[in-house]
Amino acid sequence: MVFGYPGGAVLPIYDALYQQDKVQHILVRHEQAATHAADGYARSTGKPGVVLVTSGPGATNAVTGIATAYMDSIPLVVFTGQVPTALIGNDAFQEVDSVGITRPCVKHNFLVKRVEDLAETIKKAFYVATTGRPGPVVVDIPKDVSTQVTEYRYPKRISMRSYNPTVKGHPRQIRKAVELMLEARRPVLYTGGGVVLDKASRALVEFTRLLGFPITNTLMGLGSYPATDRQFLGMLGMHGTYEANMAMHNCDVLVAIGARFDDRVTGNVEKFCPTARIVHVDIDPASISKNVKVDVPIVGAVGQVLREMIKQLKATGRRPDEAALAEWWKQIEEWRAMDCLKYDRDSDQIKPQQVLETLYKVTRGKAYVTSDVGQHQMWAAQFYKFDKPNRWINSGGLGTMGFGFPAAMGVQLAHPDETVVCVTGEGSIQMCIQELSTCLQYGLPVKIVNLNNRYLGMVRQWQEFFYQGRYAMSYMESLPDFVRLAESYGHVGMQITDPADVEPAMKEAMKMKDRLVFMNFLTDPAENVYPMVPAGAGQNEMILV
Amino acid sequence: MENEAGALSRVAGLFSARGYNIESLTVAPTEDPSLSRMTLVTRGTDEVIEQITKQLNKLIDVVKLMDMYEGPHIERELMLIKVRAANGGREEVKRLADIFRGRIVDVTDTLYTVELTGDGEKLDAFIAALPQADIIEVVRSGVTGIARGERALRV
Repeated sequence: MVFGYPGGAVLPIYDALYQQDKVQHILVRHEQAATHAADGYARSTGKPGVVLVTSGPGATNAVTGIATAYMDSIPLVVFTGQVPTALIGNDAFQEVDSVGITRPCVKHNFLVKRVEDLAETIKKAFYVATTGRPGPVVVDIPKDVSTQVTEYRYPKRISMRSYNPTVKGHPRQIRKAVELMLEARRPVLYTGGGVVLDKASRALVEFTRLLGFPITNTLMGLGSYPATDRQFLGMLGMHGTYEANMAMHNCDVLVAIGARFDDRVTGNVEKFCPTARIVHVDIDPASISKNVKVDVPIVGAVGQVLREMIKQLKATGRRPDEAALAEWWKQIEEWRAMDCLKYDRDSDQIKPQQVLETLYKVTRGKAYVTSDVGQHQMWAAQFYKFDKPNRWINSGGLGTMGFGFPAAMGVQLAHPDETVVCVTGEGSIQMCIQELSTCLQYGLPVKIVNLNNRYLGMVRQWQEFFYQGRYAMSYMESLPDFVRLAESYGHVGMQITDPADVEPAMKEAMKMKDRLVFMNFLTDPAENVYPMVPAGAGQNEMILV
Repeated sequence: MENEAGALSRVAGLFSARGYNIESLTVAPTEDPSLSRMTLVTRGTDEVIEQITKQLNKLIDVVKLMDMYEGPHIERELMLIKVRAANGGREEVKRLADIFRGRIVDVTDTLYTVELTGDGEKLDAFIAALPQADIIEVVRSGVTGIARGERALRV
């Protein structure tokens, strides 16, 4: 499946697509949406997403989506058309240095100058994109190259002397880590998107249950450990739960697995986990000791290392100190009893948290949920309890508004029979709203949950907390009538203003299996996301309700 | 690194994107024409150098990387320096060039051009020894280096 948009420089490729039926092409309405859709496809399947766009503006429009995938290590192969080789550098029509522009936000990129190199380059592109720490790869193809004819030879295997990612963790380091875990009295497992990417969820669950340790997930790791499990403390970080952040701050052994100590997780690194010895498992050596110095680094694929740790743990026949662990859990339960996600359930306005809780209930926790960026994203992460990986699809690293809806198209195309929900806000949804048209063309019954609070909510929240309530440009004026907008694109629109209508409306929407439904919830404009670790503060310095 | 178009800009781009500083950089093809060898001089704490090393290793075009400062090594830089050499000063420039084992490679009535090889400090010292007002032009190649003994950077 290829997501794309035609143009002059890719006409030969589109002509070839026209004359075959093996590759399905999905025509988006903007190249940014092509990359996000391919990204959603990749995140929900574990397979690489493929994009085809034209030169110049086609390529530059795709850049936001490429950078989004890069920050979250998502495998994409993006084909960009280029002007004919003879014109490169001449400021030709629709010419841009695509390789140059994308260089800082790709894992690697290629400019194909000879048709004889094309097949091997494509093989390399998929190989690089999907192995090691995954990421987007751009293949720039000049029009004369895609016009020429050559004998087709697609290599079965490929080896690159300069690219051999380490997969197997060092046995001695793994032994050290196991030893440290067995000695732990206040341990925490902190796991991230690497577990999802390496399809290591089952190994993580076995490992966590074997040890009996508390576990917290990053925004990118949600679903890799079942959120309904008692050992799960919820998400950590800036809008993480009280119990997760307090456990991090007070732990004596921290085991980081496929997570990268992002600033939204650590808060102030000077105050981060002051009493912990740290184990860090990651496929990317550059992620280790980048932000926080660790004691036991292990470079390797998360799944392989987890399975090896399980083996070694079992082989020792030893258990962590049960009494110490019981004491630790007692403390954690006290933190958990704070009920940090509580909100006003008796309000006469719709609370966004209520919408997310209802969504979880109505979909019985089984939906694929994509989100845009902002308050709604955090509420979705806090309130939708993901029990399986690849179900929670959001732009964590780059924080790209406009991501959620096109990503949902990619997810829906990959899983035609599943419920796919895009949780968004009136700010984000307008950044790729044109894709309502694509959804009609391909019959994609995405359910849009628009938390419409008439504010760029997260901006408003920061302005309230840190800029003395000077709400500069965070109020969204002149909003469209979303119901009629959805209808004009041929979909169903719903307006929900009363808290009592939230559940019935959502049930009704979910019943429309083959229709896209745009649910416009008018929510409390003043609601904030809690808890919050202000930027630069320590993890234990949370603002609670 | 791979002797391919764009390889150099990947390295340069990495340094600017991550805020590292390049003090000097030299690059040329090796005996294997598919490979180039780059010598790059940078400064930083041990942590920064470790991060730079890891980030460079991640670049697909980087085949192998060696931190010269992890062992004994030889550093060399080539300098060509054009110096005013007239009247009484002429002898002095010649003498200084001899002391530093430089060679005079171009001569006019009023100028000498001196070729000098050595590590960076030696070249700095030569420049400092000359009367500053007489220096017309200085061109330095940037540092290149090789490990001493058995240690070698080979593919």
